[in-house]
Amino acid sequence: MSEAHAHGHEGHDHKPTGWRRWVYSTNHKDIGTMYLIFAVVMGLVGGLFSVLMRMELASPGDGILGGDYHFFNVLTTAHGLIMVFFLIMPALIGGFGNWMMPLMIGAPDVAFPRVNNIAFWLLIPSALLLGLSPFIGGGAGTGWTVYAPLSTSGHPGASVDMAILSLHLAGASSILSSINFITTIFNMRAPGMTLHKMPLFVWSILVTTFLLLLSLPVLAGAITMLLTDRNFGTSFYDAAGGGDPLLYQHLFWFFGHPEVYILVLPSFGIVSHVVSTFSKKPIFGYLGMAYAMVAIGAVGFIVWAHHMYTSGMGVDTEAYFLAATLVIAVPTGVKIFSWLATMWGGSIEFKTPMLWAVGMIFMFTVGGVTGVVLASSPLTTAFHDTYYVVGHFHYVMAMGAMFGIFAGWYYWIGKMCGRQYPETLGKWHFWLTMIGVNLTFFPMHFSGLAGMPRRIPDYPDAFAPWNMISTVGAYIAFASALLFVYIAIRTIRSGEPVEANYWGEGATTLEWTVASPAPHHTHEVMPRV
Amino acid sequence: MAASANSLQNRNRLVALVATGVVVAMVGAAYASVPLYRLFCQVTGYGGATNVAAAAPGVTGERIITVEFDANVSGALPWDFRPAQRRVDVRVGEEGLAFYTAANPTARAITGTATFNVSPAKAGKYFSKVACFCFTEQTLQPGQSVDMGVAFFVDPAILDDRDLAEVNRITLSYTFFETGGAEAAVDPAVVRPATPARAGGAH
Repeated sequence: MSEAHAHGHEGHDHKPTGWRRWVYSTNHKDIGTMYLIFAVVMGLVGGLFSVLMRMELASPGDGILGGDYHFFNVLTTAHGLIMVFFLIMPALIGGFGNWMMPLMIGAPDVAFPRVNNIAFWLLIPSALLLGLSPFIGGGAGTGWTVYAPLSTSGHPGASVDMAILSLHLAGASSILSSINFITTIFNMRAPGMTLHKMPLFVWSILVTTFLLLLSLPVLAGAITMLLTDRNFGTSFYDAAGGGDPLLYQHLFWFFGHPEVYILVLPSFGIVSHVVSTFSKKPIFGYLGMAYAMVAIGAVGFIVWAHHMYTSGMGVDTEAYFLAATLVIAVPTGVKIFSWLATMWGGSIEFKTPMLWAVGMIFMFTVGGVTGVVLASSPLTTAFHDTYYVVGHFHYVMAMGAMFGIFAGWYYWIGKMCGRQYPETLGKWHFWLTMIGVNLTFFPMHFSGLAGMPRRIPDYPDAFAPWNMISTVGAYIAFASALLFVYIAIRTIRSGEPVEANYWGEGATTLEWTVASPAPHHTHEVMPRV
Repeated sequence: MAASANSLQNRNRLVALVATGVVVAMVGAAYASVPLYRLFCQVTGYGGATNVAAAAPGVTGERIITVEFDANVSGALPWDFRPAQRRVDVRVGEEGLAFYTAANPTARAITGTATFNVSPAKAGKYFSKVACFCFTEQTLQPGQSVDMGVAFFVDPAILDDRDLAEVNRITLSYTFFETGGAEAAVDPAVVRPATPARAGGAH
């Protein structure tokens, strides 16, 4: 106990030991590590759920679920919520954000280390609430969107209440992190590091945390109204009491659309560093890259109803949301072309992180193209709730974020644990994932165009071939996830020790000036930039 | 050193305070959206929300609009509810009158409220009611059957709106819910009254 107390006053590498180091942790690196481990564990759970769904969908008729269609809905819901709130956000924002943001701006830690601790530990009860909900009341089969009236009058029992409270806790955790990170980035940058000299990953975290700050409270309000509609007789979304179920969709997507940028923006930041490092060139159009992220974040707040084209909007309203949505292609185009321009003429080295970064650019671009298609309301009237949409968002947002996470992991693992990953296995991991996810998600465009609806456990025989291919792809992708776990364990146990800057001349940000692994306390004297 | 640490702490608190203020404001905005959304629907006729007026302005022009009547009952309300006439032709600005019949075949007194809208939704802002059974709660005694009236008119401003030039048919739709009966909605025991089930969208 005295040890834990002394920590913080004595400095250097003195740190508490045993469980206190982690449970009481106020150290941005330890908390980042916990976030990353949490994300990997939850990612495997969410991935397993998607494999179960693909097994059910492998062929028409009742598959492994034996006709329990509600359980299929529970799996779909859990897969979505886990991947968004317990894998991508903890990995990118909590994990890499905590680990690298203070290192990159030359700060000794985040502004409010104890808030950082509670933000992480709020995630555990949040995940438990969601994880236990199927055992109390049959599970929430509402989809991650939790639309009323299904969620208000279609799901009696405690499951949906638990899922809503789980979202509350996860939201509170992210809001606390956001306040913490914004304060850190505004106030604790090293002397000389102006906002316009800040590394792009830090920019991405700054924009992301602002989006969280503005959007999560709206979700919290919307789902609190769900909770009171369900339990306390209010009628925010109940037409019988003068409410409107469509209001929920507006509120949800006012959060939900910025949320997908929250998921992918930190990945943009990571890819920028990796592309620059392995092309041995500074990033092309640095300011444009930074402000493209700001623009994506800003425009992301005024396009939400493109998720609701079939809800009966007027033509003029649809035309507005169509045009506003297409505008997003401009800043995202700026990013993609700037990455390509960074590589152009560079001395490119295709180490594993670079493979993931280029893979991310590819996946994101494919998803962006189908996104432009879906922005068009006349087309989406046909594509709404088909597998075309599922294919689109898994490319642009899910794989856009996942490939960024893996790029970051291979890029920084030496900095985090002091040991280098095995290069050949890393490349195997990349190619296995690349083949697996493309086999899974690309055919979804075809089955979607043919009319296969989302969120169904059974389908007409006409869709059978593409579904079988998707299922095989999912098996390959999940096998590659298991390969990643093996690689991670092997790296941490027996990887080659690395020096401070193991990527050499291309790696120019401040995290490469401290030893590998980064000592428990870094930048105690702020570096000058 | 102590002074600069102190000022960093103050600056940190300031940023955190402002950020917390943003969070509180956005939660407030989410709740404020509830009345704002209702207001927005009424002003713009969004989703087919209709208007209330004291009296019809009188006939303007030659255009005739056919108003059709649709009736729905919440699955939890065991009433028989149907329009007394399928359609009424009115000239723009003229007050029309239509009746609905509601019957309570059960052995208990039930109070209900009707929600309403029109379709096409864009006609909502030109459709006004002078009097309507939907303005108040309706209580039906066991076995009671009543005729309930709605007086309405189509606003002459519709003649000037290009977007509604092709509209010559407006459907007025009601859905009756049991007042305070939201919980009953999930009780399968009361679903499906003895009356013929009615198909068709509620809104």
